[in-house]
Amino acid sequence: MKNRLMKNLLAATLLLTGSHLVNAADDPIKIGSFLTVTGPASFLGDPELKTLQMVIEDLNAKGGLLGRKVELVHYDTGGNAKEAVNFVKRLIKSDNVDIIVGGTTTGDTMAVIPDVEKEGITLISLAGAVDIVEPVKKWVFKVAHTDRMAAAKIYQDLRKQNLTKVALITGDGGFDKSGREQLRTLAPEYGMTIVVDESYGNKDTDMTTQLTKIRATDAQAIINFGFGQAPAIVTKNIKQLGIQLPVYQSHGVASKTFIDLAGEAGEGVRLPAAALVVAEQLPDTDPQKPVLLAYKKDYEAKHGPVSTFGGHGYDGVMIAIEAIKRAGSVDKAKVRDEVENTKGFIGTAGIFNMTPQDHMGLTLDAFKMVEIRNGGWKIVD
Amino acid sequence: MRLAGFYLFAVFAALLPILFPDNYFVIVIGASAGLNVMLAVGLNLLIGYAGQISLGHAAFFGMGAYASAILTTRFAWPGLLAMAAGLLVAGSIAWLFARPILRLRGHYLAMATLGFGIIIHVIMVQANHWTGGPDGLSGIPPLNLLGWTVDGDRQWYGVIAAAALLTIWLSLNIVDSRIGRALRAVRGSEFAAQMMGVDTASAKTQIFVVSALFAAFAGSLFAHQQAFVSPDSFNLLISVELVTMVVLGGMASTFGAACGAIALTLLHQGLVVFEDYEMLIHGGLLMAVMIFMPQGLFVGLSQAVRRLKNEI
Repeated sequence: MKNRLMKNLLAATLLLTGSHLVNAADDPIKIGSFLTVTGPASFLGDPELKTLQMVIEDLNAKGGLLGRKVELVHYDTGGNAKEAVNFVKRLIKSDNVDIIVGGTTTGDTMAVIPDVEKEGITLISLAGAVDIVEPVKKWVFKVAHTDRMAAAKIYQDLRKQNLTKVALITGDGGFDKSGREQLRTLAPEYGMTIVVDESYGNKDTDMTTQLTKIRATDAQAIINFGFGQAPAIVTKNIKQLGIQLPVYQSHGVASKTFIDLAGEAGEGVRLPAAALVVAEQLPDTDPQKPVLLAYKKDYEAKHGPVSTFGGHGYDGVMIAIEAIKRAGSVDKAKVRDEVENTKGFIGTAGIFNMTPQDHMGLTLDAFKMVEIRNGGWKIVD
Repeated sequence: MRLAGFYLFAVFAALLPILFPDNYFVIVIGASAGLNVMLAVGLNLLIGYAGQISLGHAAFFGMGAYASAILTTRFAWPGLLAMAAGLLVAGSIAWLFARPILRLRGHYLAMATLGFGIIIHVIMVQANHWTGGPDGLSGIPPLNLLGWTVDGDRQWYGVIAAAALLTIWLSLNIVDSRIGRALRAVRGSEFAAQMMGVDTASAKTQIFVVSALFAAFAGSLFAHQQAFVSPDSFNLLISVELVTMVVLGGMASTFGAACGAIALTLLHQGLVVFEDYEMLIHGGLLMAVMIFMPQGLFVGLSQAVRRLKNEI
């Protein structure tokens, strides 16, 4: 009696494992993702998730990847790093994903790095700060422009106009603080002197106090690094105080919303932006143009105006897909090597050339210096 | 018999990873739940037994975490020493603030603790130089316990489960001690307690410090387990969530608080499949529990079981 039970159990086990083996080839390729779809950074995470879903749907409609379907496993972190860590563990241990695209914010990404490094799975982050890939971590890559690039681009433009004395005004968020750090570090390299360095709270509704202080100095230009409402308020306050200095913003406000919020005062403001916001104005010879227009058309057909953040989602997931294609399998080590081998990939943020020393692969050319003119963007370099 | 529940809890915590080794929900979420148990049990001493509300408990959790994070990464202190420093800092701050804050009652006490929590959070965000600012502090080394390095999710489950059991055991003993009885008297009527010769101010201060120490202990473990800390793990929302755990599980019951912590941790993980509706269901469930079991999950369920038994 007992023997029969054992036999049955054995048979059942064999059956289960057997069917598992047969299925392995038909199992979907799993792309894991953890983004900030709710919470204060949702305006970043929401277009990213929509883009990921769109790209993967499209891929499946065209027959999938390596003859297998692709499945997106996504969790919303709400911008809480602790949640991000748990969800990444869940992606790795419970969902057994093959690659992870995500981390909307720098905080979420930095929090999960110890786990991805330990488990050995490729992570392509969509967050900004340069700390994510510097120093280089074996399994971690990123696709969004860094704050350092934005700072360098702004300084380049200032130098072209022979302006060397700048006033900084930044908020208290992670993006703002990290940007300020880069502006300060890079200043000597570009021959810039920071004559005044003011800050505000991101929820403040008036920055005239700080700007009055800036007006009293001999600054030749104002740089404001931040995103959300605050930069628009700064821009308006500058106009209200009648300050005539050129104003520079960061890539954090490269969206139509900023132009609407700043209104009249926004005219003449310059900022480094991804080519996506000025796709139509690019010359036809620009290799990025067809990619940008295609993504824009697809996204806008479904969800409304594109943002550069959704573009980061596109770049991240496409680099992952291309790497799996080249690797010919979902073997973790092979996929990682292929992501590192990404050469000449034309994304929305620029043309990616990754190397073992550079896990982002973008150059300063990836940014266009744009100016707000007549309520729209105009390329100025 | 007094500790029967404790032993049951211990057996349960030990059996789970043996029955389900490498199961994400046991090993990872179990560890997460363990930390919440430590926090909720500590907070329950204050809210449940002493009847004093705190909306800033995450601040003490954060102090432990940041003390461990800063001292081990920037000054290369050994983990245990950093943890001790964290306990000392959180304990001293709690002791300093306890008297002026705990003189307040009701809404005023809620406001004061709320403000306290927000101030500590602002310091974490603004003191870039020490705390790494909003992006947090990474590269925290694994905890070294007398030559044994705690690394990997399974080992962490073990350490945190042991720490959580320790806090439950301590809490059970505190509650049944002289100070525990004094606290219950304070909750009943502070005035009456004073009339009976209870030094209420001192009793409240002591329990505030104990509860802060529990939180800081959990914070140190949390920092080493995650190898990363950032201010948003210690904000107002977390403080509110901790209060929710205590109330949901059942106030003035150590196991109630522990069950509340476990239930809320699991609920959150279980509901993610509903995506956009997650928060809706989450809120709905909490309301339902409060309407139908105002004494909390643990107390409510155990009463229901007793009733059922009597009927049979």
